Amino acid sequence: MTFEQLIFYVLAGIAVIASLMMISVNNPVKAALWLVLAFIATAGVWITAQAEFLGIVLILVYAGAVMVLFLFVVMMLDINLVKLKEGFTRYLPIGVLASVAIFAMMYMVLGPAHFGLDKTGEPIKFSADHSNTTMLGLQLYTVHAYAFILAAVLLLVGIVAAIALTIRRRPTHEVLYQDIDKQVKVQAKDRFKMVKMKATKEEPIKKKKEDE
Amino acid sequence: MLHFILTVILLSPLFGSIAAGLFGRKIGRRGAHSATIFSVVVSTVLSAYVFFEYVFNGAEVYNAALYTWMVSDGIRFEIGFLVDSLTATMMLVVTFVSLMVHIYTIGYMDHDEDYDHSNAYYQRFFSYLSLFTFSMLSLVMANNFLQLFFGWEAVGLVSYLLIGFYMKRESAITANLKAFLVNRVGDFGFILGIAMVFVYFNTLDYQEFFDRLAEHEHTMMSFIPGLEWSVITVMVILLFIGAMGKSAQMPLHVWLPESMEGPTPISALIHAATMVTAGIFMVARLSPAYEMSEAALAFILVVGALTAFMMGLLGIIQNDIKRVVAYSTLSQLGYMTAALGASAYAASMFHVLTHAFFKALLFLAAGSVIIAMHHIQDIRQMGGLKRHMPVTYWAVLLGSLALIGFPGFSGFFSKDSILLAVNQTDSWGSSFAYTLLLMGVFVTAFYSFRMFFLVFHGEESDYVKSHKIHESPKVVTVPLILLAIPSVVLGWFMIEPVLSGRYFADAITVLPSHDVLANIYATQFDNVLGFIMHGFMTLPVWLALAGVALAWLFYMKRPDIPAWIQSKCTRANYVLENAYGFDRFNDIVFVKGSLRLGRFFWRSIDMRVIDTGMVNGTVRRVSDMATMFRESQTGYMYHYAFVMIFGLLGLLIWALW
Amino acid sequence: MVALSDYLVFSAILFTLSMAGIFLNRKNVIILLMSIELMLLAVNTNLVAFSYFLNDVSGQIFVFFILTVAAAEAAIGLAIIVLVFRNRNSINVDDLGSLKG
Repeated sequence: MTFEQLIFYVLAGIAVIASLMMISVNNPVKAALWLVLAFIATAGVWITAQAEFLGIVLILVYAGAVMVLFLFVVMMLDINLVKLKEGFTRYLPIGVLASVAIFAMMYMVLGPAHFGLDKTGEPIKFSADHSNTTMLGLQLYTVHAYAFILAAVLLLVGIVAAIALTIRRRPTHEVLYQDIDKQVKVQAKDRFKMVKMKATKEEPIKKKKEDE
Repeated sequence: MLHFILTVILLSPLFGSIAAGLFGRKIGRRGAHSATIFSVVVSTVLSAYVFFEYVFNGAEVYNAALYTWMVSDGIRFEIGFLVDSLTATMMLVVTFVSLMVHIYTIGYMDHDEDYDHSNAYYQRFFSYLSLFTFSMLSLVMANNFLQLFFGWEAVGLVSYLLIGFYMKRESAITANLKAFLVNRVGDFGFILGIAMVFVYFNTLDYQEFFDRLAEHEHTMMSFIPGLEWSVITVMVILLFIGAMGKSAQMPLHVWLPESMEGPTPISALIHAATMVTAGIFMVARLSPAYEMSEAALAFILVVGALTAFMMGLLGIIQNDIKRVVAYSTLSQLGYMTAALGASAYAASMFHVLTHAFFKALLFLAAGSVIIAMHHIQDIRQMGGLKRHMPVTYWAVLLGSLALIGFPGFSGFFSKDSILLAVNQTDSWGSSFAYTLLLMGVFVTAFYSFRMFFLVFHGEESDYVKSHKIHESPKVVTVPLILLAIPSVVLGWFMIEPVLSGRYFADAITVLPSHDVLANIYATQFDNVLGFIMHGFMTLPVWLALAGVALAWLFYMKRPDIPAWIQSKCTRANYVLENAYGFDRFNDIVFVKGSLRLGRFFWRSIDMRVIDTGMVNGTVRRVSDMATMFRESQTGYMYHYAFVMIFGLLGLLIWALW
Repeated sequence: MVALSDYLVFSAILFTLSMAGIFLNRKNVIILLMSIELMLLAVNTNLVAFSYFLNDVSGQIFVFFILTVAAAEAAIGLAIIVLVFRNRNSINVDDLGSLKG
């Protein structure tokens, strides 16, 4: 076993175990953390396959941003964990059976019989100063420029959608909102009113006579 | 020139009809009857000229197209004229009787209890009469089957309209519907026959059809495998079924007695003199084809003889004056048909002619009686009318004598030649037919004079005593007189040319082996007087006289005898009163049967199969399936996920297998 | 050397596990979402491995776009979950049956 293989198997093993934990733990927070671990290990696997940029992006974007978002949501919501775990074992046998069957069939297709080293040959190894990022960037900004712009638009739509979905207007007697439009348009006379009134003479309050 | 004259003869009544029918309200009553009578006078005069040319001057047969409608695959669809002695004779009869009826109608329709005076019924009636004349002329003048069929259906239509003329009476409405439907049965056979002509001879023209007849003399056809029929036999029998409908032969006769619901003038014109003889005319016209089928001739002979005898019997028990005449018409039509079956086409046409005159006479006279009796038609309420209505009395007497075949009257010559011909022929069933016809002579004489005695002689009934009965106006009596003349004398002039075959030589084809009339002419005819004298020596005349005598005995001397017979022979009386149960049979088999069939189709096929099964069933299945699919949509996300995963599993298994 | 089949089998394991996760945690929408993320990761691993062995950078470009879409999807999905929770006070899948036919 070469060192490269060792690295791959260790990382793959971590990823598999982390995923296994993710699907089996009770607490969504823990599940999210296991998922982060699985992401990080997989990112390592990607780096062994000379996809350095994507590996880093996976850690930064997924483990760093998306999973944090998950954690936020999980913590924000008050979830009844007991209820959610109901029926976990009920579907265990069929789930395992279906998964094993699908895995078996995928193995038949993807396994060493078809994609072993003797079939595919050795991949080209780039030298140490080869930049994966440059290569990707060249492709992205030339051949796939249009799709790249679309991806950006998609993300923008994602932002708008997420905000539009979650924004919540509460009744004004509960919460006061800032109306910038009104604030800008407001003029002095709207706020400040001159009132003229007659001067009044101070009169002493009549005292009641005690005998009346 | 002849072409122009023929065109005028044909179209003149049509214009009269249009004038009276479409502009009746504008031209008024006088205008309507003037226009139609003028148009028919034109036709009659010109027909007389044509008749004269053909019968006396022996003009060439005229066969030409007036208008070609279309030509398709060598078949010409056209309006044309085939004029020979047969056509010329029929034209004169049709136009003359029509003219008499037109004139008579002025008196008959003057007052009508069903319509008030402002209704244009009078103009409408004249329009129908002229339209009928046009239709009948186009039928007899046709030189092809298409025009024949047009005329055939057109006279049927006018007959329908006129039987139901009193459209406020329910009986008239059912009668005209019945006439129409029964005629449809016959017409179905008729159009099938024309279709066979079309298929096998590829022409609709008479002359071409006759020329090609020999080609199919031995052609066979088969509807049911293993059963072969001669094409010509099937064809002529189908055509004859049309004639059975139109000429009211058993069992398609049921409409004619009921057609008496119509006004009397049309009973005379349509249901006695002309339309009902269209079938006879058609068979005579197609004699070359009928001559080629012994089987068809035998069939015709038997049908005719049966009709002649059985319908005559029914005449005995009728009490409605018009119905008596109607049954006698049926019986006489049976004689004509039997003559056709004996290949005595000329004798048959001869009887058509004489019958047209004396039966029109009898009908119009009956109408005259009805006018006088203020539309009472029951002969039991009449009696002793002789004193009040001398002209009508003589008209009925002459007509009845002609009808029973009293020697010297026209009916004698025609009926005697028919009887002789049937006696002579040796086709299948001829002796049976002859016996029936002989008995028919006796029966005819009996019921004719029964009516005569009951109406004109004997005690005056209460009604006659209590009402003022007077002779009908001139417009009624003049046609009676004009019709009485040919009824009496026509036979004298026609018997010799008819028997010798000279009269219809250019129109009727008879095989020498079938030519019974020529045989009679050769062996039993020397001159007219001799024929009459010979008549006194034969059975028919004595049978007729015996019938008259019996009628006199029963209804003048001993009125208790018929009542006694009636009480004794209840069963026979029952059969006769129900007219042999034809109506009941039709009612049970066809009316109820088709109702039941209709109900079966309605209940089982329409409601169960189509409505419940196909229409609502489709809806219900769609709805059921929709419910099924709806329930598969549980709304739970993991169900969808499961389905997707198992689908993936299935896809993989399928792909890797 | 690490063979292509190793990468592919690894991704198949991840995919199968995430599928099993959908089966097992069928009530918790958040874990369902996480399983979907894991599934995408397995697919991406496939693409990266093929890109490596075929020496074609297009595979990685694809992964790039998938990551973009997955991020957007996660953001919107979580927003929806928040919304559902706000309206129903539960994220139990059993309570989300309004679309039942």
